[in-house]
Amino acid sequence: MKKAFAILAVLTALLLIYAFYQAMWVAPTERTMGDVQRIFYYHVPSAWTAFILFFVNLVASVAYLVRKNPKADVVALVSAEVGVIFCTVVLVTGPIWARPVWGIWWTWDLRLTLTLVLWLIYVSYLVLRRFSDSAQTPKLAAVLAIFGALDVPLVYFSIWFFRTQHPQPVIGGGGSIDPRMLHVLLINWLAFSCFAFLVCWARYRLEILRRDVEEAEALESLLETGTSATIAKGKVPLGGGPR
Amino acid sequence: MTETAAIISVHNLIKQFGRFAALRGVSAEFAAGRFHVILGDNGAGKTTLLRALAGLAHPTRGAVSVLGKSPRQACRDIGYMAHPSLLYDEMSGMENLKYFARLYGISGDEPCAQAICAVRLDPALARPVGQYSQGMRQRMSLARAILHDPKILFLDEPFSNVDVHSAQEMVRLLKGMRDAGKTIFVVTHQAALVEGVADEFIWMQAGQIVDRTASFNQHTAGVQRT
Amino acid sequence: MNSLWPITLASLAKDIRLEWRSKDALNSMLFFSLLVVVIFSFSFDPTAEESREIAGGLVWVAFLFSAIVALNQTWARELRNQVLDAYRVSPAPANALFLSKALGNFILVMLLEAVMAPLFMVFYNLRVLGTAWELIPVCVLGTWALVASGTFFAAMSIRTRMREVMLPLILFPLSIPAIQSMVEATRIILSGDGNPRFWIVLLLTYDVVFTTACLALFETVLQAE
Repeated sequence: MKKAFAILAVLTALLLIYAFYQAMWVAPTERTMGDVQRIFYYHVPSAWTAFILFFVNLVASVAYLVRKNPKADVVALVSAEVGVIFCTVVLVTGPIWARPVWGIWWTWDLRLTLTLVLWLIYVSYLVLRRFSDSAQTPKLAAVLAIFGALDVPLVYFSIWFFRTQHPQPVIGGGGSIDPRMLHVLLINWLAFSCFAFLVCWARYRLEILRRDVEEAEALESLLETGTSATIAKGKVPLGGGPR
Repeated sequence: MTETAAIISVHNLIKQFGRFAALRGVSAEFAAGRFHVILGDNGAGKTTLLRALAGLAHPTRGAVSVLGKSPRQACRDIGYMAHPSLLYDEMSGMENLKYFARLYGISGDEPCAQAICAVRLDPALARPVGQYSQGMRQRMSLARAILHDPKILFLDEPFSNVDVHSAQEMVRLLKGMRDAGKTIFVVTHQAALVEGVADEFIWMQAGQIVDRTASFNQHTAGVQRT
Repeated sequence: MNSLWPITLASLAKDIRLEWRSKDALNSMLFFSLLVVVIFSFSFDPTAEESREIAGGLVWVAFLFSAIVALNQTWARELRNQVLDAYRVSPAPANALFLSKALGNFILVMLLEAVMAPLFMVFYNLRVLGTAWELIPVCVLGTWALVASGTFFAAMSIRTRMREVMLPLILFPLSIPAIQSMVEATRIILSGDGNPRFWIVLLLTYDVVFTTACLALFETVLQAE
């Protein structure tokens, strides 16, 4: 298990370096946008990775509600956390790219707005997790995740229709893409996905460990107060030992 | 002690609230038609055990079976009285009971009036429950718990903040119900009140059942009265 | 579940009786939305033409904020004396409780809208240029969208440590499509500029999808402790 993690970590690091090299030096410079366009190799893979993680969150949440397996809940938590981080990267790199290219930092474009709303939904998911009592957190969070997923198509249609009514800056996304650019994009996506998986894995192990420790502490603290009370009153020690 | 059929069985019950564990592996069987008293220090897990038996607390691990079913499936046979009153302060006793009767599919005033009379209160009393004395509110709370004529009663601290006279009256009432074949569980600190009436004392400590005795004095150390 | 509607009605009647005795939620809501209207009219001093464009947004934001007040009150009443536990040990279906609460809030917020809408018209000199009757389905569907998901999320947020603060934090992001639909439909009807049908259909879809999900998942939320 540990070995596999180390191997994956090394592979991911190599892949990220290779992808960086590809994005910065190998990929051709875009004709109109110039070097600024290279942020695209980080922006788009981050977005895809974030969407995949949000999807994983939904599947894990449903699995938790059906199976009541705490591991599914950990997967849901971890994928939402890492997904929000990648989504933040998308929302930060987007304006950095938009400013020189479109001349504006932000526009209520379909994809931008959808990403923003997704980010808001999953931040509220994490806030709910943070502030609910641990015994009920998994259930409430899973329920909220399902609502979040149901909301996405509705948000999509509302923004899509809103956009057709209001003038928008023209976005040059529809055209064909240079095959070399696509190649670099896919390499970067692979690297980012591996990286996201690695982070999720580490976070998953950490969370499982944290819960184990919490459980052990809980049982232990109860035992301690119990035995100290017993000693104080001179009673016989407990029958069953600590689990 | 004669052998009676187990009405409730609990298997390796663990309940954990985050960093705090309330039950630490409780396994037990309880017989039908008996008056059980659960005793223990604060934080020993008495209330959590009662809530788990009533189906209000879901065990982290382990299983509860009531009449061979899950507590939720057996809910028509369970009456539960908590430490808070579980009543709407702004409504009268009769209005409260009529509402809760509807939840059990019972309609009409008659069963509600009977339950109120059973706890020796006046069904015609129009005062909102919030203005009742503590003793009256506890009795009204008991009336709510016995409204649907359950086979099993779970009572959490029914005698706290109640004067001795009212408490003794409640014990008499519970004794009558036990004699009528109901199974009763009472969590209390005032063990002296139920001595001579109760069939079994269950001693809890640190989230476990440490002893079960037929009389209060059989347990050597005893429990502080609070 | 044939016991669903009798229990829903019994619970609704109980809530209306309690609300009638205290009038807590109604009074605080009315006063709150009055405050919002006054503060908005200080902050924006629009001409009649402009106000037609922004009134849809203002009205619904005011109603949304006021609805939050009512939504939080709904469950606060059930937590006092832990009355909710009495419901949880009973065989009554969880959805009856949800429906009665959502219907109760629906009635409250509709009442509020009936009182506040004329006030908005006066303060902002509004005159409907589109088809006025279309405002009725927008109001009904929009209010249901707010109270159905709001009642559900209030039941969730009341169990967290932040209680009342938590509700807007989870309700607002998820209700973005509903709010946008209400605001756009109202704007189109007020200004008579375009056809609000798309937004009304979207609102209806939101209502159907979210109400179904609420009914499917409420038992889980109610029985989580």
